[in-house]
Amino acid sequence: MAVDAASVPALRRGIRRRFDETRQAHVLLGPERVIVLDEIAVAIVELVDGRRAIAEISGVLAAKFQSDQAMVEADVVGFVQALVDKGLAVS
Amino acid sequence: MSAIAAPFALMAELTHRCPLQCPYCSNPLELLKAGAERDTAFWMAVIDEAAAMGVLQIHFSGGEPTLRGDLAALIAHATAKGLYANLITSAVLLDEARLRMLEAAGLAHVQISFQGAAAAKADRIGNFRGGHEKKISVARLVTALGMSLTVNAVVHRQNLAELPAMIDLAVALEADRLEVAHVQYHGWGLRNRAALMPTREQFAAADAIVAERRAALGARLAIDYVVPDYYAQAPKTCMGGWGQKTLNIAPDGRVLPCHAAETIPGLVFERAGETALAEIWYRGAAFNAFRGTAWMQEPCSSCALKAVDFGGCRCQALALAGDASATDPVCHLSPLHEEILEMAEGESRAGVEEFVYRRV
Repeated sequence: MAVDAASVPALRRGIRRRFDETRQAHVLLGPERVIVLDEIAVAIVELVDGRRAIAEISGVLAAKFQSDQAMVEADVVGFVQALVDKGLAVS
Repeated sequence: MSAIAAPFALMAELTHRCPLQCPYCSNPLELLKAGAERDTAFWMAVIDEAAAMGVLQIHFSGGEPTLRGDLAALIAHATAKGLYANLITSAVLLDEARLRMLEAAGLAHVQISFQGAAAAKADRIGNFRGGHEKKISVARLVTALGMSLTVNAVVHRQNLAELPAMIDLAVALEADRLEVAHVQYHGWGLRNRAALMPTREQFAAADAIVAERRAALGARLAIDYVVPDYYAQAPKTCMGGWGQKTLNIAPDGRVLPCHAAETIPGLVFERAGETALAEIWYRGAAFNAFRGTAWMQEPCSSCALKAVDFGGCRCQALALAGDASATDPVCHLSPLHEEILEMAEGESRAGVEEFVYRRV
C-alpha cells in the first residue's frame, strides 16, 4: 500500500509507545517489532491518530520546526511508509 | 570487543508442559517436569531485573504458558514495568473468561500456532483432537478484545501443500501478522527431521507463494518468513546474533542465549535469582562464548558478512558439523554445504511419514 499526502495513517491495534530510560529515547513496540524513535519520529507519531492526513501532519510539523512543507512531507511519507511496511501502522 | 548493547527481549519459558505433542517442538528432548519449574516470586523478580536493564518486550512462552495459573499476574507485573507483553501459545486451553483476564492484565499481543489449514491433518500433527477448531475460535476472541494477533504457521513437508490455505486462514482471522516458519531442526525437530524436511521443489514453491501473497496483501497482513535454511545460500542471523538482542530463561531458571544453547557442550548457564541478570548478560561466560566475531574460524573469520549473519546458528553448527564454532553448514561457504544439501534432499524423499511425538 503506497502512502501519499492524502493517506490517513493510524497505528495498528496493540502498538504501544513509551519512553525507554535505558536508551534515552521513545520506542514503538509491536509484535516482534521495536523501533527506536528520534525526535522527528516522535513528533510524527504523536500526530498519527487515524484522523489527520499526511498533508495536515506535515503542515503542523513544518510550522513547528519552521521548515519547508514539501521537504517535511517527503520525510513524513517515508517514515509512515516504513511503519506500514513493518506492520505497525495502516493508512 | 565493542560495547555490548542492552537486550531488547526476554523469552520467558515458564514451563515445558504442553497439551500438544508437535514433532517439531523446539524444546529440548529432555523436557523439564513441573517440579523443576520456578515460582511466581522468581518470575516477578526476573521481570524487575529485565525492565531495569532495558528489556522492552517479554515473550511468555513454553511449553504452553497458559498452564501456569500465575500467567495473568506475571503479565500485569510486566506491563506495569513498561514491558510489551507477548503470549506465545497453542491456544487450546484458553477460553473467553481467561483471555479477558489476560487482556485486562495488559497483554498486548497473542501469537497462536497453527499446524495446518484443515482440522484433521492439523490435529494429527499436534496429536490433539479438536485443537484446530479451538485455535480458530480463540484467534477470533483475541482480535475481538483488541489485541494484536499473530498466526504462526509452522510448515514442513507434510503440510506445505496447505500453505496458500494457511495464508487465507490468517487473512480470514484478520491477523495483524503472519509468521510462516519452516521447521527449525533443533530439539524434537531434529529428531523428526526425515519426516519433516521439505523437498527442493516444495521449498521453491513456498518461496514463490509467500512472495506473491506478500505483494497481493500489502499492508493488510505483515508476513514474516522463516526459511528452511538447509536449502538457503546464506545462514540465518540466528537470534539476531548470539547475545545481541535476546535472552532466554528456561523453566528451571537457567539463563540461555537461545533456547537450544544447552545442546552445546562446555557452556555453563547461570541461574537468574542466583546471579544478577545484567551480570549474566554482560559478563556471563555463555553469553560471551559466541558474541561478536572474535570466536570465529575460517571461512567465517575473513567473510565480509561475518557481522551480518554471525556465521549462522551455533547449535546447528554443533548438530551438523560437530563443532559449535564452525561455520553453520547450511552456508554455501561451509565445506559441508553440499553434503548437508544432499542429506536434506535424500531425507525429503526417503518416505518417512511417522512422527516421534514430543513427550516428557
